[in-house]
Amino acid sequence: MRVARLLAIGWALNVKMLSQSAFDGLLGVLWPLFFATIAFLMFRIGHDPHTLLYASLGASVMGIWSSTSVQASSALQRQRWHGTLEILVAAPVHFSLVLLPITIAMSTVGIYSMVATLLWGRVLFGISIHFVHPWLFALAVPVTIVSIGMLGFLLSVTVVRYRTAWALGNMFEYPVWLVCGFLVPLSLFPGWVRPISWLLAPTWGMRAIRAAASGGAPLGSVAVCAALGLAYATIGILLIETVLRSARANATFSLT
Amino acid sequence: MSFRALYGWLSPWIYIPGMMVAPVFQILLFAYIGRAAHLESDRFYVIGNAIQYASIPCLFAMANTIAGERQQQTLGAILASPAPRLPLFLGRSLPVIANGVVVAAFALAVGSLILDVHIPVSAIAPLALVIVVASAACTGLGLVNAAIGLRVRETAVLSNIIFGFLLVFCGVNVPLDALPAGMSTIAQGLPLTHGIEAARKLADGHSLSSVGRLVLAEALVGALWAWAGYLLLRFFEVQSFRHATLERS
Repeated sequence: MRVARLLAIGWALNVKMLSQSAFDGLLGVLWPLFFATIAFLMFRIGHDPHTLLYASLGASVMGIWSSTSVQASSALQRQRWHGTLEILVAAPVHFSLVLLPITIAMSTVGIYSMVATLLWGRVLFGISIHFVHPWLFALAVPVTIVSIGMLGFLLSVTVVRYRTAWALGNMFEYPVWLVCGFLVPLSLFPGWVRPISWLLAPTWGMRAIRAAASGGAPLGSVAVCAALGLAYATIGILLIETVLRSARANATFSLT
Repeated sequence: MSFRALYGWLSPWIYIPGMMVAPVFQILLFAYIGRAAHLESDRFYVIGNAIQYASIPCLFAMANTIAGERQQQTLGAILASPAPRLPLFLGRSLPVIANGVVVAAFALAVGSLILDVHIPVSAIAPLALVIVVASAACTGLGLVNAAIGLRVRETAVLSNIIFGFLLVFCGVNVPLDALPAGMSTIAQGLPLTHGIEAARKLADGHSLSSVGRLVLAEALVGALWAWAGYLLLRFFEVQSFRHATLERS
């Protein structure tokens, strides 16, 4: 109960803070809209309403990854800049319980972009989305968000020794958009790309959201997405011990 | 040394992922969307996105000429100096243009190799010229971005938004004639539009003389943006002194 409360409060506070930021809030909504607009314009030329619907759902999830990748990769570095990393590490709970709500909050603010993209497609391009399974859609979206947040958690722990980790996070934005099938069917890629995409939770989250919207069977994809999210969190928690031990031994907590 | 100090992001730890890897993935993203939409050839996307990505250094680095100095509390000292403003800011734009050229050329070369896009050897030198002109033109827009940096705090947000507009409007991924009429009209006044069109024609086998008008249009658009940027810089400089906002961080 104490852990759940800690996670919930941490998540709510971080969502509030991120929502106030021009970079995370305003740009987080606008940035995916640019790409969605191009995708809509490109697919519209093909005159196939199914591809526009495909693009609309894909573009709406792109923003969730965008809001996570750059911010999560520099999540620890940002705490260093704020001078709060030592305090957070010294808190009487496991550090992962402090970091997880931060990265899940980052993916949660992607919901602004998701809603904006769907509305953008509806208003400007006339793409109407009829949710065949609205309840399953309502299940698939939060599972995808949390799993992407956990991927962000793993990313933040993995790249912590890289001082300019934000640049790495920036770099990961396009590849994940590409190989997770947000806008391009995975069948178009060389065979070796598919196993990579299977290891990424956004691939399964995207599948689940599309299946829920179009009348498929999303529960299997939801389950894989959630399982991958838990796997990322587990690996991250194991790695974080090593990272903390190293930072204590080398006195690098306040390193900027 | 001063250039390296000013543009701290030239560190290879930032430069390689941000300026070399990211543009290649942008090319791949749109080339594959193009394949899925059955729209244009891979060459269309390689050329468009490679040249458009020059806008990242051109916009961000020019904005940093103001925001970086402000962050380091040195902007006041620079603007208090009697140094003429035109060489002061245009001089800083030269390494930015060079960087834009490197980024675009690298993305074009690697994108072509990965997607097996053939560019005639005879087109390489004229393409290089077009990339230089496009980078210079985009740096003109970057100067406007830098000037606005005297007024707003979130220059990174602004640079990203301008980058997004260029990506949507300049015919980078959607042919200009397929864009809504208003958008393609606006595109005529934006840097990169004419440069990208000229580069595509050169890669298709046209001669430099046949795309001369496009290259001139690109240079003219860039010069107009640079002039507007210079005027805006002077205006906001005066405003900053008047409202004591120079050191606002």
